[in-house]
Amino acid sequence: MISQSPARFRHRSLVEYAALLAVLTLVVTSLAATAPAPDKLGSGIARLFAPSGLLTRMFPPDFTCIVPIGWKLLETLQMAVAGCFLGLILALPFAILATDRLSPHPLVRQAARALIALFRTVPDLVWAIVFIIIVGLGPAAGVMAIMVDKIGFAGRFFAEAMEETDPGPQDALRAIGASRLGIIGSAVIPACMPSFTATSLFALEKSMRGSAALGLVGAGGIGVDLKVAFDLFNYDEALAIILMMLGLVIAVEQGSGWIRRKLI
Amino acid sequence: MNAPLSPPPLTGSAVAEPVLAVAGLTRDFPGRKVLQGLSFTLAPGQATALIGANGSGKSTLLRCLVRLVEPSGGEIRMLGRDVCRLTPRGLRRFRAEVGIVWQRHNLVPRLSALSNVIHGAQARIPGPRTWAQALAPAAVRNEAMACLARVGLADRALLRVDNLSGGQQQRVAIARMLMQRPAFILADEPDASLDPQTGEEVMSLLLGLVREEGLSLLVISHRLEHTLRFSDRILGLANGRIALDQPTRHANAAGLRQFFDHAEAA
Repeated sequence: MISQSPARFRHRSLVEYAALLAVLTLVVTSLAATAPAPDKLGSGIARLFAPSGLLTRMFPPDFTCIVPIGWKLLETLQMAVAGCFLGLILALPFAILATDRLSPHPLVRQAARALIALFRTVPDLVWAIVFIIIVGLGPAAGVMAIMVDKIGFAGRFFAEAMEETDPGPQDALRAIGASRLGIIGSAVIPACMPSFTATSLFALEKSMRGSAALGLVGAGGIGVDLKVAFDLFNYDEALAIILMMLGLVIAVEQGSGWIRRKLI
Repeated sequence: MNAPLSPPPLTGSAVAEPVLAVAGLTRDFPGRKVLQGLSFTLAPGQATALIGANGSGKSTLLRCLVRLVEPSGGEIRMLGRDVCRLTPRGLRRFRAEVGIVWQRHNLVPRLSALSNVIHGAQARIPGPRTWAQALAPAAVRNEAMACLARVGLADRALLRVDNLSGGQQQRVAIARMLMQRPAFILADEPDASLDPQTGEEVMSLLLGLVREEGLSLLVISHRLEHTLRFSDRILGLANGRIALDQPTRHANAAGLRQFFDHAEAA
């Protein structure tokens, strides 16, 4: 006796088909409204390789300014480390207040979540402009922008890690008579350490990439030199800066990957 | 690890003030009454086994006794305190005197056995000094080491608890409970996830605390042989009510099985 084989696809309702059609319509209209026309894209790429084009004038890269660029790269790295460190330190209390089980009051939890969402949603370049107005041009504004961006980034992931921890040890400590702070310090944070470490290293990588771009608006770091090189049409020097930035970002990513593998 | 199994004389404990007195205790969940007016008293220095079918309300009763689950009604007097009227601060102090051994050990997995045991002192010594062994004062570390030695794990003090066996983890949990310096022990199926021999060792360890330290023990166990060997009195719960209350010396396995059969039929 041959049994009837099951249906290959699940039966879908009319509402599901309507939702699928809406998503497809959104994708198609978005592409039509904003994607570049193929002929325009083709002629633009050809211009890059023309005798006076950008890529042609970039080669060979000009490394004659390697020493001042090196110092600027160091400043970029310092901005990333300082901003990331401050952001991670401040992200922890925000994350605790935003966690269901650890927040002292639902209103506090909602307020903490809203602030984290605000810090995460506004781009770091916008934060940089805000802090340039507050503390003036230079790396301090960049550090503050990275810090706020990292509170949003790490605050969300720290809170998620704390939500996902096993409640058993926390309940056991509560039953012992431990305080809320004691439960956080002795059960929640140790359980979240692998996740916190991974998030912190990703935050450092993100800060490194972000700090290179912050100079474009005057918030310190190598971005200022890159902007000046482009403005003065010194494309060969710009390529040298881009290559050195790339080397530093790859070094930071490799280093954080190595630490992650060792610690977690 | 053989604990002395002879029970204390009942005449002495019968006149002592109860260490636990429960009157008319109820606990309702939406659409279900789990505890329906429980009343009983426990004398100090005795091991009492709480038995009952799954869903009879045993774990809810244990949690209600320390208000990890809030009772819907009734009164609980434990260690001289009116438990239902304790303030949040008073409740924390009260809980510090009640040691709980859970079915799952509920240790912090990434920390050492010693750090987990030191957590037991958190109600007495608040602050970061009891968060981890590296931060703890020498006196606290020494006391924690003594608790670990008591459960036979002093040589495993600095091992992470997730590297220990199930039985060793449960013994670390008992050492953490000892670090509380409790006057009363509640144990919720401490032998459930352990092999027969390790389960027997854990039950023997708990009864040893009753016999040697004079602590009081209320223990849930589904293993009838443990109920009969490691308790002085048996309370049986069925449908949220006390349906059996007898000294262990008058109980036998056949009688307890009959109790379970009746409870399930009801």
